[in-house]
Amino acid sequence: MALAQNDPAGELRRHVAAFLATHDPATMERLSFLRARYDAGLAWVAFPSGHGGLGLPGALQPDLDRLFAEAGAPDNNPRANIIGLGMAAPTILAFGTAEQKERYLRPLWTGEEIWCQLFSEPGAGSDLANVATRAVRDGDEWVVNGQKVWTSSAHTARFAILVARTDPDLPKHAGLTYFLCDMADPGVDVRPLRQITGEAEFNEVFLTDVRIPDAQRLGPEGGGWKVANATLNNERVAIGAAAVRESGIVGLVASTWREHPELRNTELHARLLKLWVEAEVARLTGQRLRQKLALGQPGPEGSAMKLTFARLSQQLTGLELELLGEEGLRYSDWTMVQPETVDFAGHDAGYRYLRAKGNSIEGGTSEILRNIIAERVLGLPAEPRVDKHRPWRELAR
Amino acid sequence: MTALNLLYTDIEDDLRATLRDLLADLCTPAAVSAVYDGDRSLVAPLWKAVAADLGLAGLLVPEALGGAGASAREAAVVLEELGRASAPVPFLTSAVVATMLLLNAGDDLLPAVASGERTAALAIPLSTAPHALLAAVATDSQQRLTGVVTSVAGAAEADTLLVPASTADRIALYAVPVASASVAPVVSLDMTRQLADVTLDYAQGRLVLADAEPAIRAALRAAAALLASEQLGVSRWCLETTVAYLKERRQFGRPVGGFQALKHRLADLYTGIESAAAAARYAAAALAAGDLDLPVAASVAKAFCGDLAVLAAEEAIQLHGGIGMTWEYPAHLYLKRAKADQLALGTPAEHRAQLAELVDLTMRAPGA
Ligand SMILES: Cc1cc2nc3c(=O)[nH]c(=O)nc-3n(C[C@H](O)[C@H](O)[C@H](O)COP(=O)(O)OP(=O)(O)OC[C@H]3O[C@@H](n4cnc5c(N)ncnc54)[C@H](O)[C@@H]3O)c2cc1C
Repeated sequence: MALAQNDPAGELRRHVAAFLATHDPATMERLSFLRARYDAGLAWVAFPSGHGGLGLPGALQPDLDRLFAEAGAPDNNPRANIIGLGMAAPTILAFGTAEQKERYLRPLWTGEEIWCQLFSEPGAGSDLANVATRAVRDGDEWVVNGQKVWTSSAHTARFAILVARTDPDLPKHAGLTYFLCDMADPGVDVRPLRQITGEAEFNEVFLTDVRIPDAQRLGPEGGGWKVANATLNNERVAIGAAAVRESGIVGLVASTWREHPELRNTELHARLLKLWVEAEVARLTGQRLRQKLALGQPGPEGSAMKLTFARLSQQLTGLELELLGEEGLRYSDWTMVQPETVDFAGHDAGYRYLRAKGNSIEGGTSEILRNIIAERVLGLPAEPRVDKHRPWRELAR
Repeated sequence: MTALNLLYTDIEDDLRATLRDLLADLCTPAAVSAVYDGDRSLVAPLWKAVAADLGLAGLLVPEALGGAGASAREAAVVLEELGRASAPVPFLTSAVVATMLLLNAGDDLLPAVASGERTAALAIPLSTAPHALLAAVATDSQQRLTGVVTSVAGAAEADTLLVPASTADRIALYAVPVASASVAPVVSLDMTRQLADVTLDYAQGRLVLADAEPAIRAALRAAAALLASEQLGVSRWCLETTVAYLKERRQFGRPVGGFQALKHRLADLYTGIESAAAAARYAAAALAAGDLDLPVAASVAKAFCGDLAVLAAEEAIQLHGGIGMTWEYPAHLYLKRAKADQLALGTPAEHRAQLAELVDLTMRAPGA
């Protein structure tokens, strides 16, 4: 019937109902349930069948997750694997070999294998193409040496997406290659780095003679820049994917307002309402972006979404402390712990305020995102570059 | 009306230089950072050096009473430097707020507090705006005090608490030795001005002021006026440190500070800080001169400098990139101090609301 084809949401509901009829979340073991859900194509709807999806529009993902949540099904604890789900998976899907997709995607989605991102280095932050970590071919393997920094969840990760320099004689963007790195390799040394919240959420990672089989190269040798950009574009779209009104930080601040009539004043009221409108519009912008992107890989447009998300999360968390007043002067705990998730809702307002400062730095700073919008979307002339065409080896550092 | 001097005098510059040297020696970022992990070994020796050795505890106290006979202008310079170093000393709470109250009462405790031998604190939540409802504990006929005051700054470093207590028709102020109270330090957003919850259970008080509300409000207003100078000091550290970093940090084969987008940000911040300096100096000068415009000056300064310091600290973190988010780098000390200072003694929103009354810009129709 033509109607069914034009009704992907209905199709999805029928799939879920059929699955739940034979897989009872109340009695099935959690991991078996999650694996079965993946195998039924009900993990990430936009992925092709065979890899956890049904090739349906990505905008249906929130509906899918809600259907499972309403059935009391266990989730895959997505907050523990943000980089895996938001960045590694779509990149592996786009650039991976059949073997790589088969090997990595399912345990990634179920959360059996957590992923981290070994991109940034002390000398390569905004200028990611400047990475100095070297990968040298040795038969069927690559030998990797270097230092990465700010690596979130390296302490829980089983695998990493890694950008390394394979040819220092080429210009900086051309000499990079993208790898899938086993964090269990004895040459991988993870050292916690404490953040301004008190927690050690990110790490320094030292790579010493780490051996990576060539079969774990993602994309062609020298093609690392293109693959890395696909990862970053996906990251920027994944961020701020709020589906429901008042989900996320705006909801937390709204509850504080509702629960504390004694704290209210007219200025904060006006500011809250202005931010509420902006957060609602950001939610709709995200929805619209995901509808636009239903097909294919996201481009630089996602930068605008991430820019807005970072600004709103910072303004809202700052406002929340001003609203709380005395309570905002207190903090839960400065003890250094290594968290398994980044959880704004599970912490106090002070933590949220501090952690939100990272939102405009991680995954590309807001300044770099503005450059991307200006140059790659609007086509404004680029800054003069002294470093783009000479061999990387000859650049001053 | 001659305009108040908004610049620094030579004496003020000398005072700044002396204090800055001392803080550079004693108040290192590593030692400051340690207070967040419960190591407060910096606090007592630093306070002794500032209060007693440099004699700054008695800055506002006349020489005849054992003080330095200086004015709020010098106290403001001290606060600029303490903010610039994120120093964890109870200068604002003891040498400004408590001292002003003791001065007002002509209390016998004054010489000991002025010499730095004793340290006092007003038992009131740090968030209290000068014009807000005042928290007060209960008192009985034998001057015994009972109640809880939350989020008190300076209590953990004090040996004497000045406690507002309700009497039949007014608020009185009592002195209570900390030994008679229970002072429970709380984990604070800004551990360089750590708060404590104070519990009094039939604690014996000594009457300092029978009708204390005007004096308490004046002391809080003075503190708000002067906190603006601390916020200025915090802002200056943030700008200077960020400018220095961006001159060194290279990406894309060039110093990052050369990108115009960042130059404009820093130029804007500089502009804001110059404005903050004017507002903070005006508040300090108005306080020193006993100027009638003080209520306006204090609220303008606290509102403007409070927001500006937060902006400066937020820009510092952002423009440092990843390193700004680390515990190891001192920028976070300033973010926490700036944000807590913004909430202290009335938020900018509370001060703007108060200004609406002071300068006749309320929402009410005329005559309503
Ligand atoms: C909480 C957090 C988590 C992170 N997690 C990870 C992770 O898991 N994996 C990973 O690889 N990395 C991670 N990062 C690192 C992050 O990607 C980098 O910090 C970021 O790209 C900036 O690089 P940088 O720190 O070297 O700053 P720099 O590049 O040195 O930037 C310093 C300042 O200069 C500005 N700037 C730089 N170039 C320009 C320009 N051309 N025009 C205008 N302004 C410019 C920047 O915006 C910034 O404000 C994380 C960072 C944070 C804060």
